[in-house]
Parts: sequence; structure tokens; C-alpha cells
Amino acid sequence: MTPILEIKGLTASVDGKEILKGIDLVVGAGEVHAIMGPNGSGKSTLAAVLSGHPAYEVTGGEVTYKGQDLLDMEAEERAQAGVFLAFQYPIEIPGVSNAYFLRSAYNEIRKARGEDEVDPMEFLDLVEEKLKLVEMDPAMLQRSVNTGFSGGEKKRNEILQMAVLNPSLAILDETDSGLDIDALRIVAEGVNKLKRPDNATIVVTHYQRLLNHIVPDYVHVLAQGRIIRSGGKELALELEDKGYDWLLTEAVA
Amino acid sequence: MSTTAHWTEAFAARGAAGEPAWLAERRAAGMATFAAAGFPTSADEDWHYTSLAPVAGVPFRLGGGAGSTNVADIAPYTLRAEWPAFVLLNGAFSPALSSLDAIPEGVRVLDLARARAELPAVLERWLGKVANGDHAMTALNTGLMTDGVVIVVGRDVVADRPIHVMHVADAGAEMAAALPRVLIVAERHAKATVIESFVGLSDAEYLVNAVTEVVVEDGATLHHLKVQREGVKATHVGTTEVRQARDSHYLNFSFAMGAKLSRTNVYTILDGEGCGTTLNGLYLADGTQHVDHQTRVEHAQPNCFSRELYKGILDGDARAVFNGKVYVHPIAQKTDGKQSNHTLLLSPEARIDTKPQLEIFADDVKCTHGATVGRLDEVGLFYMKSRGVSAEQARKLMTYAFAADVLETIEDETIKAALEELTLERFTR
Repeated sequence: MTPILEIKGLTASVDGKEILKGIDLVVGAGEVHAIMGPNGSGKSTLAAVLSGHPAYEVTGGEVTYKGQDLLDMEAEERAQAGVFLAFQYPIEIPGVSNAYFLRSAYNEIRKARGEDEVDPMEFLDLVEEKLKLVEMDPAMLQRSVNTGFSGGEKKRNEILQMAVLNPSLAILDETDSGLDIDALRIVAEGVNKLKRPDNATIVVTHYQRLLNHIVPDYVHVLAQGRIIRSGGKELALELEDKGYDWLLTEAVA
Repeated sequence: MSTTAHWTEAFAARGAAGEPAWLAERRAAGMATFAAAGFPTSADEDWHYTSLAPVAGVPFRLGGGAGSTNVADIAPYTLRAEWPAFVLLNGAFSPALSSLDAIPEGVRVLDLARARAELPAVLERWLGKVANGDHAMTALNTGLMTDGVVIVVGRDVVADRPIHVMHVADAGAEMAAALPRVLIVAERHAKATVIESFVGLSDAEYLVNAVTEVVVEDGATLHHLKVQREGVKATHVGTTEVRQARDSHYLNFSFAMGAKLSRTNVYTILDGEGCGTTLNGLYLADGTQHVDHQTRVEHAQPNCFSRELYKGILDGDARAVFNGKVYVHPIAQKTDGKQSNHTLLLSPEARIDTKPQLEIFADDVKCTHGATVGRLDEVGLFYMKSRGVSAEQARKLMTYAFAADVLETIEDETIKAALEELTLERFTR
């Protein structure tokens, strides 16, 4: 079976500084992969590069998404093809309502797939159902995108977007950071409910805590721009116990 | 100065038959002031970034031709509403284009000639008395004002719909100057909305030098909006001067998107306790357009507030100027003043000169000002694109979003929607 994502020898830099130094990773349909690692290891860079962030320069390697050359696609083309990045720090856009933004995105994705656009009423029906998934107040739809939202509300809004846009590959970049346990549970349950046999999830996190709620099939440890260890979910528990240092020492040795 | 000779000759040649002595005197004084000062150039402090030198030597005819505009031609500029409209075509009142049937009860809307006959005391009291005679362009208007409108909202009258004054220039305006004069009086505890639209229907080269005098009496509230959509070769100078009495509120919104060169002056005097002034605006310019706003808020009495928010979006080689002065007299304690100017530059060549000025002579006041100039937020654009929104649509949405909060301050929902649509259209071409 063709994997959803296949990364080979990916290197990338920001402002001329090399952050990713050769990443290899295969993500199959129905799988949840956790990427863990200490601060500055390149976790968020990997997430940003996969979603097409303009600040990062890919210097080498290949990324194939559902058989297509992902690196050759613009950020919006990736999204239209089903790649979704949940931001660590969701962006505030004063002046654009959440509902308008989400409907624009939804319709552009439909358009790109040759489907008819939906009108505001149809869209509202669709969104109302998804709101329940993340326990969000419908009033949030009328507010400007993320503007004045609490940390938890921003993260829930990310998952709402994910639920509406229905991606094939969801990348969650430190979605757990800054969340209290209740918010974390809501966000994780939302992600779990969106899991299907034909989509895949990459969870980028610093802490094992999130993985109690979103159980990964594979755990990869990223350090100094490389994956230095891969394993099952038990690897996450080991990391929680021992920290990252023993792996770093081993890698150097 | 030779550039004034054309105008002083026009003044000498005009017939002043039937004008009262007070008006003849004020005209003559205005003309003398203009002749001495000449057209403002960058040598004048208040015109440092905007010079009228390019039109100073142009022998514009005084008043345009009759024009060939019909009601259907101006329909797209009525802001989609069937409000009473007083239309001046190429500077002269056009009864045929105007629709004055639905004027709210208690409101008078009269052209200048009729106002002289029916409201002589109002005219003599205010015309040329609210506007500062020292400003050259205002003085020129006083000297040569061709036509105009007087709007009086009577005591305690709450006008239930806006009154729309439309200054229309069509092909007949080619090489002509229009010098319209508007006087608005909101009497004690009155409330009304007046919109002034400046509309160019052709690409004629013309000059508009408009003066609007506004009196807001005790406890009255006036919403006053200016929608500047002059033709692409037009030069527009529009001056609004306001005198506010005790407990009055004046809310001005300047929407500027037309003309080759435009200058909007809004000057208010808060001349009674407990007044409030809100001056907001949005300017949109591209190509080689030049758009200038100058405001002066004079706090002459205690316990008043003023709010200013001007935003601009500039593309191409456009250039904008914002110059906002807040002057607080020694007596004006507890003044609460806030001013901001924010400009979004969409191209590397676009430019804004912004100059906030606070002159405070009282010691117990709260006054702040701030200005920002920025470009579209790249991270915000990426966020939108990462959700599947196309690069072009993301730019449009972000650009529109920049302007959204200032448009949001417009109270009348129909006007707000019309200006929102104009703003959106501008960036979705």
C-alpha cells in the first residue's frame, strides 16, 4: 500500500542555519506517529517544512505525499490536497470572522477538488456539528479569527478547522503546549474522533502527557536535526522516565 | 503672485447682483486673503507634503458646463439607498438630479440662493464665520463660491434618514473649478446624519475646492460622512470646519479613494463643556495617487473628549499624508484625547508621511497619539494559505481585515455596508 507520507533525507535551514540534517520517515494510512525531542531539536521545523512555511528553505531530500512531490507544492496546494498543520501558536486575524475564514478555506478546498462551493447556510449546518466535537460555543464563529481567544480556545479552534477541512494528513505542532488537563482532553478527544483508516496523524510534542490521550503507533525521537531513535508507544514512557539525555549520549557514542 | 491673477480677474468679472452687503464684504475679504497668500505649496507649514503648485497656474473656468448627466448615471453612487439627495453638478445645484421629496420633517435643505431668501439670519450668522478666513483655499472659496446647500436640522428634531449631498463632476467639468459651499446647522438637541459624496463620472481634469461649515448646537449630535470618489485626473481640496457647543457630539468619517490629488481638512473647535468629537477615516490609494488628511481638534473648554482613527491602504506609487493636531487650551482641563493613524503599504514604492502633533497648555489632561506603518503580515498570510486559502484571496482578506475596524465605527448600517463593499471591491479587482 502506498504510504501517505514518505520523507527521504530531508534537510532544511532557516536564515542559513541548518536545522534538519537528514530526516527519513514513512507514515502509512491509519497511523499515528509521535515526534518527540528536546527543545531546538527541529520538531517544529519539520512540521513547518511539511506545511510549506516560507521562512524555511529545503536544502535537500524528498517528500512524497500520496505519490505527489510535496515540496513542489505551494502551501495552499498542500492544504487543498489534504495536508493540515495545527499551529503551536495560532495566528490572530482581527477583522476576519472565524466563520468567514473557515468557509473561504472550505470552499477553496472544494473548488480545488472540483466540487461545488457551499452557501453560508449549508456551511453553518456543517460547522455546528463539528463545534460539538471540540465543545466550542457557536458564538466563537462570529468573532475574529483567534483574536482575544484564550490559549485553550485557540487550540480548540485549530481542531475545529481540522474537523471541517477533513485532512488526510494532520500535523499537530505542540498542540498540548499551554493547555490545562481539561482542554488537553477535549483537544485529544477531538483528534481521536477524526481518526480514520485512510488518514494519518503526526503529533509533535515535547511531553509524553499528550500521548496518554492520543495513543501513537510509532514514536520517533528527533535530536539535532535527525531521528535518533524510533519505537512503539513504550518509547514515550521511557522518555518520560529518563528524559532525553541518555539517548543523546548514546547517539554521540 | 501671478497664479492668483486668473482668480482675482474672475472675481472682478462676476456679477454680484442681489447679494447682501455682509456677503459682498466677506467675499471681498476672502479674495484679498487668497490674493495675498496664493495657492499653498510645500513652503507652507501645513502643506509640507502636499503642494498645489501643479494646479496653481492652470486657468480653470469658474463653474462647469451644464453637463449631460441623468439620474441613472448617478444611481450607482447613491450608496444603494433612497435617501433624499441634493445634487450639485459641476458645482451648481441641479434640481433635475436632486430628489428632495423625502426630507425628514423639521429639516430644511435649501440651495444657497433660496437660503438667502428664506434663511437670511442663519446665513449671516454662520456663513464664512465658522470656517477660518486665514486659510488660502477656504478664502478662495469664500470669495468665489458658486453654489451650495444649507441644511438646518431644527431643535429637538431627530432625522430618521440621512441626507445625501452629492457633488458630481461629469465631462462638462473639463478644465473647470467647482467651489461649492455647504452649511450644516444642527440645532439644540437635534440629531442627524449628512453624507457628502464627491463623484467623478469622467476622466476630465478639474479642480474641486469645497468648504463645509458645521454648527453643532447644545446637546446636538451630527454624523457627517465624506465619500471622496473624484475622477482620476481631479484635484480635490475639501475643508470641513466645525464649531461645537456644550454637550454636542460630532462624528466625522472621511472615506477617500478617488482623485489624482486630494486633501481633506477637518477642523473642529470644542467650544462648550462636555463635547465629544470623533474623526475617523479610511484612505485607499494606488497608482500615483496622492491623498492627504489634515485634522485639527481644538479643545477650548473642559471635560471634552476627542477620538481619531485614520487608516490607509496604499499600493503602487501612491503617497499619503496624515497630519493630526490636537490643541488643548489652558482652560480645557480633563480633556481626554486619543489619536491614531495606521497605514498598510502593499508595495515597496508606496509612502506615507504621518505627523501627529499634540499642543497641550492645560495640566490635567489625558492625551495620547500613535502611528504605525506596516506591511501585510507574512505569518498571517501563511496561516490562511495553510488552510487552503489561495495566496490572492489571503492577501485580499488580510487587506480588507486591516480596514475593517475603522469601517466598523460607522453607525448607520447601510452606509457601513456600502463602504465595506467599496473597500472590498477595490481589492478584488
